[in-house]
Amino acid sequence: MADTMQFDLVSPEQKLASLQVSSVQIPGADGQMTAMPNHAPVITTLRPGVLHVKGPEGEVSYAVTGGFAEINPEGLSVLAEKAIAMKDASMSDLEPVVAAARDAAANAAPEQRDMAELLLADLETLMSDMV
Amino acid sequence: MPNLKDLKNRIESVKSTRKITKAMQMVAAAKLRRAQEAAEQSRPYTERFNAVLGGLAAAVGTSDGAPLLLRGSGDDKVHMLVVMTAERGLCGGFNSTIVKLAKARAQALLAEGKTVKILTVGKKGREQLKSEYANLMVDHVDLSEVKRLGYDHAKDIAVGLLKRFEAVEFDVATIFYNRFQSVISQIPTAQQVIPASYDAPEGEDAGVGSDYDYEPDQDQILADLLPRGVATQIFAALLENGASEQGARMSAMDNATRNAGDMIDNLTIEYNRSRQAVITNELIEIISGAEAL
Repeated sequence: MADTMQFDLVSPEQKLASLQVSSVQIPGADGQMTAMPNHAPVITTLRPGVLHVKGPEGEVSYAVTGGFAEINPEGLSVLAEKAIAMKDASMSDLEPVVAAARDAAANAAPEQRDMAELLLADLETLMSDMV
Repeated sequence: MPNLKDLKNRIESVKSTRKITKAMQMVAAAKLRRAQEAAEQSRPYTERFNAVLGGLAAAVGTSDGAPLLLRGSGDDKVHMLVVMTAERGLCGGFNSTIVKLAKARAQALLAEGKTVKILTVGKKGREQLKSEYANLMVDHVDLSEVKRLGYDHAKDIAVGLLKRFEAVEFDVATIFYNRFQSVISQIPTAQQVIPASYDAPEGEDAGVGSDYDYEPDQDQILADLLPRGVATQIFAALLENGASEQGARMSAMDNATRNAGDMIDNLTIEYNRSRQAVITNELIEIISGAEAL
C-alpha cells in the first residue's frame, strides 16, 4: 500500500498546494473525515472549517470557506472557494471563515447542529491560539 | 502657408501625446501579464470543477428531478443578456465588438418575440447600450473601483443573477465577453450560463460521476455546486475579459504611438520646408533690395 498520495488544494484565484501527503482531515458535509491513500472514491461538499494535512514535511493547516473535495485512491483534490494557509493567516483573514461557520451553525438542521458547532468551536480555538 | 510657430506647437503637442500613449502601452503590457497570470492560476480550479460537475450533470440528466439551474425553467421567453465590458475606453474595438454581438443577439431575440433584459458589467458597455436599449436594462455592476479582480466580484454578480432567476425574472441567461486569444486577437463570445450546459467529460475523466460515492447524495451536491458553477463561469469570463482588455489596449496604444511618430515626421518635414521658404523669401527680398540700389 502506498503511504502517500497526491494532494491538491485549489481556489479560483490560485493553486495553494500540490504535494504528496499521508493523510488529510477535511470538514465534510456529513462530518469530519480523514482521507488516506487508497481511499474509496468519494465526492463530498465541504463546510467552512479547517483542513489538516499530514505529510512527510509535517503538518499544515488551511482554513476553507466551503467548496468540495474529490477523493480517489490516487489522491485528493480540494476545490475551495476561499482557502488560507493557517501559518500566514491573520485574524482579519480568518474572520470571513468564522462568520461563514457561525452562519452555518445557526442555520443547520437540529441533528446537524452539533457538527457545525464543533467546527465553529474548532475555528475559535484556532483563532484564540493565534493571538 | 501655416505659421511656423503654429507648426512648432503642433509638433510639441503630438510629441507629448506620443509619450502618453507609449506609457499607456507599457502599463497595459504589465497589466496584461498580471491578467494572464490570474487566468492561468484559475485554470486548474475551473477545469476540475467543470469535470466533476460535467460528470454529475450527465448522471442526473435533464429529467424532471434535475435542479432548475440545469434543466432550465422549461421556457425560453425571457432572456437575460449579461454584457461584460471594460470600465475604460482607449482599447480599440474591445468594447464595441462585445456590444455589437450583444446587440445582434438582442435584435434577433426581439424579432422572435422574446423579452430581453440586459445587465451590464462595466461602464463602457452600459454607455453604448443605453441609447438603444435603455428600457431593457435592469441592472449595472460597477467594477471601476476594483483594483484586482477577485472571485468575490464574480460571486456577487452570480448571486445577483441567481436571485433574479429564483424570482423567475428570466429563463435563459447568456454572458457576453471577449475571449483572449492573443494580443491582437480577442474573440467576442456568447456563453449560456443558465440553464447550465456542461459537457460530459470524455476520455480519462469519463469515470467521474459513475464510480464515486457521494456525500451527501448526488442531488444535494449538484444543488450545492450549480450556483458555484455559475460563479466560476462568470469569474473565468471576467478574467478572460480582463486579459483581452489589456491586450486590446496594448495593441491600440501601440498603433497610436506609431501614428503619432508618423505624424511628427510629416509635421517636421512641413516645418522645415516652411522655414526654408521663409529664409528663401527673405534672401530674395534682400537681393532684390540690393539690386534696386
